[in-house]
Amino acid sequence: MTDSTGLQKGIESPYTLGQVEAGSPCCEPVAHLQIRDLTIAYHGLTVLSGVSLDVYRGCITALIGPSGCGKSSFLACLNRLTDLLPGAHTRGEVRLDGQNILAPGLDVKQLRQRIGMIFQKPNPFPLSIRRNLELPLLERGIRQRIEINRRIENVLRDVGLWDEVATRLNSPATRLSGGQQQRLCIARALILEPEILLMDEPCSALDPLSSAVVEDLILRLRGRYTVIIVTHNLAQARRIANYAAFFWVTEQSGKLIEFNRCQSLFEAPQNSLTEAYIAGTKG
Amino acid sequence: MADRFFLLTLWLIAGLVTLTFAWLLGDILIKGVPAISWEFLSQAPSRAGRQGGIWPILVSTVLILSVAICVALPLGLCSAIWLAEFTRRDGPLGRRIGLALDILAGVPSIVIGLFGYAFFSGFLGLGFSILSGGLTLACMMLPILVRTAESGLTAVPDEWRHAAAALGMRRGSVLWHVLLPAAAPAITAGLLLAVGRATAETAALIFTSGYVDRMPESLSDSGRALAVHIYDLSMNVTGGDQAAYGSALVLVTLIIVINLLANLLSLYWAKRKVTLA
Amino acid sequence: MHEVTVTRKKQRWPSDALMKVMLGLPALAAAALLLLIVVFLVYEAWPVMTGRSGISLLDFFRSDGWYPLQEQFGMLPMVWASIAAALGAMLLAVPMGLACALFSQYLAPAWIKGLFNSMISLLAGIPSVVFGLWGLTVLVPLIGQWQPPGASLLAAVLILAMMTLPTVALTSRAALAATTPSLYQGAAMLGMSRHRILLGVLVPAARRGILGGVLLAIARALGETMAVLMVAGNVVQTPASLFDPIRVLTANIALEMAYAVDQHRSSLFVSGLLLMAMVAILAWLANRMSRSMAHG
Repeated sequence: MTDSTGLQKGIESPYTLGQVEAGSPCCEPVAHLQIRDLTIAYHGLTVLSGVSLDVYRGCITALIGPSGCGKSSFLACLNRLTDLLPGAHTRGEVRLDGQNILAPGLDVKQLRQRIGMIFQKPNPFPLSIRRNLELPLLERGIRQRIEINRRIENVLRDVGLWDEVATRLNSPATRLSGGQQQRLCIARALILEPEILLMDEPCSALDPLSSAVVEDLILRLRGRYTVIIVTHNLAQARRIANYAAFFWVTEQSGKLIEFNRCQSLFEAPQNSLTEAYIAGTKG
Repeated sequence: MADRFFLLTLWLIAGLVTLTFAWLLGDILIKGVPAISWEFLSQAPSRAGRQGGIWPILVSTVLILSVAICVALPLGLCSAIWLAEFTRRDGPLGRRIGLALDILAGVPSIVIGLFGYAFFSGFLGLGFSILSGGLTLACMMLPILVRTAESGLTAVPDEWRHAAAALGMRRGSVLWHVLLPAAAPAITAGLLLAVGRATAETAALIFTSGYVDRMPESLSDSGRALAVHIYDLSMNVTGGDQAAYGSALVLVTLIIVINLLANLLSLYWAKRKVTLA
Repeated sequence: MHEVTVTRKKQRWPSDALMKVMLGLPALAAAALLLLIVVFLVYEAWPVMTGRSGISLLDFFRSDGWYPLQEQFGMLPMVWASIAAALGAMLLAVPMGLACALFSQYLAPAWIKGLFNSMISLLAGIPSVVFGLWGLTVLVPLIGQWQPPGASLLAAVLILAMMTLPTVALTSRAALAATTPSLYQGAAMLGMSRHRILLGVLVPAARRGILGGVLLAIARALGETMAVLMVAGNVVQTPASLFDPIRVLTANIALEMAYAVDQHRSSLFVSGLLLMAMVAILAWLANRMSRSMAHG
């Protein structure tokens, strides 16, 4: 269905996609992840059914919708974190550059080094800042001290933490503020040079100031990384996302209602539910 | 009115318990201190223990405990890790193993001593030896170790496991670098608790490590543990009360020190755990 | 960038699947230990249990007494003695242990609370031989002055109560501490008197944990050997009064194992199995209770 460059060929788009406008800020849409008919159930209870969409390379895609409609489960499925959750069953296809990552025989560790994840509550390991960033590298087999130090500095500069922590890399990561911890977690995910970043409400546990800093960071990642971000904050979605996917619970499971370029979704939603949610009259 | 009466009763009972405890401890101190001297701690017993000291007995005790720890700790830790990380806690296998360990924890020490006598001393041919005694004690320490280590590991929040999984780290790596250090205080406390229990053990040792009160030459020699010495002195040796109380004081002091160490380590580690690098 | 360059000099950690097996084997071995113990005890008890040597299992409970030299192995007097000692100890230890827990958790001012708790924990760690030594040299003569001979069921009950009270107190305190704090406040706001709150609200709320602790204490009392051996007198008879000397099952094994042969020895192993069975039932009950507590 797709050739090696990932260009979509002849797959029916089952969702409402508005006119694709060329130009900034995002690229010509090249599908990085293709999700087809994804269904997720926990202990037999379906939380998400029949979701199909494309995630475009280098763009920020926001997943919006009220709580309980499966957005976080959707995210967890993309890096196979659902394998760790008891009773979770997934059906359907998720293709990364043509390869179905839900296939049983897949090397999950490799996959997770290509698709990184940031959690809602910052969760740096109870170790020093340096150790937090070293462990993923050591796991990958990178052991030369010079290379490690170089990567640590690069990634800390990327997230804007270098000036703040350069002198205390050996101090415990848990002594950092909430916003700094979250940026450290982003740095930790970036140090493996992934292609895709999954973010599950990365700012919701932070105070407004830290939230703004992290949001700014996410904006700067655009173009170099493909970002999928779950957010309850509609204003945040408008600010940073290129594409938006709206989820809702109907018939007792979460479904994808509408998927569009972010501007189009917010200004001219095709579905009445979407319109109601954005206006705040529902959800 | 009834309220006052009830509260008064609670105070009285607490007072009664305290008094009884003070009586017990006081007696040990009063009768034991006169027996303690440098000679007591450093010499071998003579005249069946009425005179002399307890040095060989202290050595035997340490040897038996060491054997027990060397066997029980690795076995217990691996079991705990497997139970905590690799099985579902309410799955059939996890539940059955949990029940087996709970029952094992409740088995009377004399019965474990019987088993040790039949299996280690008899079937495996170890006879009355420190090795046999140590292995039998390991059987007693195992359930405590597994239970405390397992609860220590499950208390470590999942968020680190998820973060590590999302980074593509292997389970062994996460365990070594993050989970075990985080659970270390609980595991150490559990180990010290188990050691305290083992130090107090008598019934399991009388048929496995033996009664001989000489200095043991090797692990296959028979050796007498401190608790067994107290038993022998008080029941079988007339006039051995003085030495018995002295030994009891040493034993109780040892156990107090172990428990204190456990508490201090827990506190120290709880403060430090954030800075493990 | 999308071909992951991995310099795998050496795999420091085995793969997840391998790790699971490597750790699973010791775990199974640890659980198998229980099985091994049962197997060996049965193996040693076998000659007597199958009735081949002229004794059937019922004889253990039928004959009038434990006279090994005459090949009479009636365990019943000792079973009664064990049960009597354990129950008597519980009658003392449970209410008093619970009282200590309530005291420590809700009544004691902060500085007393810390000391009291440390004392109870300390008491829990004192070896049984030390209790036995003290009982033998202090308690037994005391009882003997009141009613000779002194070494008696009463002495056993008192010593066992002292030994198991910390278990009840510690587990009850943990169970009480685990109840939601708003329970106490809610009851207090209704104007309930303290004793009603403690006895009527909090103890019932924590009853599962408390019961679990009691079961544990009973198991400990039944299984206690040295202390009872040293203070109870060791005469094989069904106790008719508190002052009768008794011999419990555990003490019997300790006393006779050294010189028992053949049937006598096998009979001792049978009594060991009986003890295991009693304790296993208690442990199973406690396990069921703690699991149902965990599920709400």
